[in-house]
Amino acid sequence: MGYGFGSVFQRAGEGDYIEFLAPGIIGMSIIFTAVFSGIEVIWDRQFGFLKEMLAAPIPRHSIMIGRTLGGATVATIQGLIVMLISFVLGFHPASWLAVFPAVLVMFLIALLFTSVGTIIGSLLSDMQGFQLIMNFLVMPLFFLSGALFPLEGLPKALSVITKLDPLSYGIDGLRELLLGVGHYGIFIDIAALSAITFFFLMLGGYFFKRIQI
Amino acid sequence: MIEVKNLTKKFGDFTAVDDISFDVKNGEIFAFLGPNGAGKSTTIKMLTTLLSQTSGKIKLNGYDPKTDSDAVRRSFGIVFQDPSLDDELTAWENMEFHGALYDIPKKVRRERIEKLIGFVDLTDRKNSLVKEFSGGMKRRLEIARGLLHHPKIMFLDEPTLGLDPQTRNHMWEYLSGLNKTEGTTVFFTTHYMEEAERIAQRIAIIDHGKIIAIGTADDLKQKTGTSSLEDAFLALTVFYWLWGTVLVLFFKEPARGII
Repeated sequence: MGYGFGSVFQRAGEGDYIEFLAPGIIGMSIIFTAVFSGIEVIWDRQFGFLKEMLAAPIPRHSIMIGRTLGGATVATIQGLIVMLISFVLGFHPASWLAVFPAVLVMFLIALLFTSVGTIIGSLLSDMQGFQLIMNFLVMPLFFLSGALFPLEGLPKALSVITKLDPLSYGIDGLRELLLGVGHYGIFIDIAALSAITFFFLMLGGYFFKRIQI
Repeated sequence: MIEVKNLTKKFGDFTAVDDISFDVKNGEIFAFLGPNGAGKSTTIKMLTTLLSQTSGKIKLNGYDPKTDSDAVRRSFGIVFQDPSLDDELTAWENMEFHGALYDIPKKVRRERIEKLIGFVDLTDRKNSLVKEFSGGMKRRLEIARGLLHHPKIMFLDEPTLGLDPQTRNHMWEYLSGLNKTEGTTVFFTTHYMEEAERIAQRIAIIDHGKIIAIGTADDLKQKTGTSSLEDAFLALTVFYWLWGTVLVLFFKEPARGII
């Protein structure tokens, strides 16, 4: 896709689209895996294993946090794989050292969306609603995050929406670190990501506590 | 050890457990008998913090499952009616995970796992993934896992369902042993009358969400003038059903406990 849009992008005076797109695609692979691994609570519930954990003498929030950290690690590793592929395909970060803090931002994104997945998984009792969530939550979050387009010069309404999308800050943060250009500024990105992640972890813990079987 | 007062659980309009009260003493073996859908599993779920009641009070080992759920969870162990193993782990890993969850010291854990896995005849398959197991093997592993830690109260929800006679006998022996040596309170549900009669000190019969009789096997037989627990059970449930129908038809009031 990067090659496809590349010529248009260049003509618009925005430089190399591959460079621009890579952080967005890394973010995409993370959000999909993360939300899905959170939702896997539903599988555990259907296979009965969730009962074993919920009846165990362990505080529910630690079960939730453990699950979320596990899911987030998997999602981060997938993001890393996509990043390595993008290096092979011609994406060159502004500074190779920036890759390390970028991994940290990737982990934050993963943590955030795994907790979102866990919240959804705690509320649903079967996989029927899964397509709905893909179509009406994950897709919009991805498309409205600035993963595919620059956040500068957007129409007012769209700019407000992108500001409300947590993924925007994640991808902007990656761009900031890997390309050295961004929209919100790295500190705002990380602050926003951390705050939202914290909030969703708390919320996830709350909903996980309330699961009834 | 277990105190239940006016416990009720409603799912929408349907009342699964209807105003039941009973006590189980420390060190007692207590059986819950009832037809399918009588409310046995729902009661166990409420006792084990997996479900919260609509109304009524529960005290388990002195703690309330609603407000003191962590303390309650430390007091009991449970064997579920339906599968609750992790299919992607091996038999050994499932045991090990359970042992870690329940904080059993490593040395004791290893010894007990080895012993229990032998006990349910899975030693040569202990490193196979559970998803490769047959239904009966899974059931046996589940029982072994339930016996891994030694709680104050042991809940078993139809533990012997789909279990071969050898393992069934093994399991009851093991549980009776625990009951004698460690004073473990055992609370189980079953469809096998002879099992309840042989093992339980007291039996409660539950039907349509209500406890219709409670007492020793002899009490129940005496009350109904029958010679076996199975007949007593059938007499009670049929009589209860008739009585309920009469009440609803002629007096327009729902049935209450009668015995």
